[in-house]
Amino acid sequence: MDAAPTSTTLAGPPGRPSKGWHRFANPGRFLRLTDRLLPWLWGLALVALVGGGLWGLVWSPPDWQQGETVRILYVHVPMAWLAMGGYVALGALSVISLVWRHPLADIAARELSPVGALVGALCLASGSIWGRPMWGTWWVWDARLTSVLVLFFFWAGHAALSRAFEDPERGGRAAAILALAGLVNLPIVKFSVDWWNTLHQPASVTRLAAPGLHVDILYPLLACTVAFSLLFAAVVLARVRAAVMERRVRSLEMAAARRLDTAS
Amino acid sequence: MSAAAPARKSAGPSLGRARSRRRLHILLLCALGVGAAAALSLTAFQDNLVFFQSPSDITRQAPPPGRAFRLGGLVEAGSVVRGEGPDGRPDISFRVTDTVATVPVTFSGVLPDLFREGQGVVTLGRMRPDGVFAATEVLARHDEAYMPPEVADALKRAGQWQPAQGAPPPAASWNTLHPEAPARGGS
Repeated sequence: MDAAPTSTTLAGPPGRPSKGWHRFANPGRFLRLTDRLLPWLWGLALVALVGGGLWGLVWSPPDWQQGETVRILYVHVPMAWLAMGGYVALGALSVISLVWRHPLADIAARELSPVGALVGALCLASGSIWGRPMWGTWWVWDARLTSVLVLFFFWAGHAALSRAFEDPERGGRAAAILALAGLVNLPIVKFSVDWWNTLHQPASVTRLAAPGLHVDILYPLLACTVAFSLLFAAVVLARVRAAVMERRVRSLEMAAARRLDTAS
Repeated sequence: MSAAAPARKSAGPSLGRARSRRRLHILLLCALGVGAAAALSLTAFQDNLVFFQSPSDITRQAPPPGRAFRLGGLVEAGSVVRGEGPDGRPDISFRVTDTVATVPVTFSGVLPDLFREGQGVVTLGRMRPDGVFAATEVLARHDEAYMPPEVADALKRAGQWQPAQGAPPPAASWNTLHPEAPARGGS
């Protein structure tokens, strides 16, 4: 594996001086960088998850009227933020894929979307479990819940569409266009609770006045957000690494088959 | 090698760059179009995206009789009367207010945990001819305030907040408060 050939589809033109952000988009460099980065990321994510989990589930107080049910917040809110923040990243990758045709952006978007769909589903499920005892219903079709469901469909749709074509490049391009169309939905998700009246409560943390959460609830929430973000990043990077190496193996096999062909 | 390379380089990347710039422009144009379309359709659907109507909305423009709609607002302080219907199910009556207008509501069934006086609710039902809203479903809304019980008790003791009257005071006044610590100011 050490003597990886430079002539794979992913290695890019050999010897070309790489400048600017393109430097990090070189698959070889990406593999070397993440090889060093990932163990730290996994370790940090584990520490933060244990710490944030204990803080949120054991050391933080209950809410004055929700009681212990408030602890669902420590999963629900990070999942909601990751589903939206991750989608911004998907949009950026899609622009890079469509405009500069960079294969690494295609691979990263393809590996990102199933994780995004999972996070979106966890956001919906945890919200539903909270809504049943608190609101009195699992689900309503208000603007916030509906727009988050649409966000989930965009994630799942991207995951499906990018794998639906025999030619991965065509699948990547179609999925990138879908992802960009879905960007319109992000401000709708964010501002739905301000633009229209909804059953879902307005934002508590990201508002101009002081956060509507007591610090004893706000700090564990931020800790859990950091923890889940680290885990999200680690999972996505590991998936992209695996996909890049998979392509390398495939092109090595094809090169070997060609050598056999010419030799015989 | 070193003589041929610069010529190829200057032709290749600049052509590629022109292509990617054109693709970027097309993309920006598309984004502008999609964004404008979304903004237009959102303004067109503005009224249909509203989840509930407030008591003021209803007094301003009464909904057609017999049509089901959602009424939302705060449960007025002191208005909740709990009884028992003829079939043994709990029968509750209360008033929903937005501090400007008020609508009386009746409901028989199980209320969500968060239901109380001063809480936001969204009720689904029909207006009866006698002006009472007959709800078939009552959902509680949660506001954007989250606080430990001790903090809520301290605010109530200090007279800064009566939960039955509505939302808590501005968050900056309590979100770093720790009642176990020596009392600050007031109480």
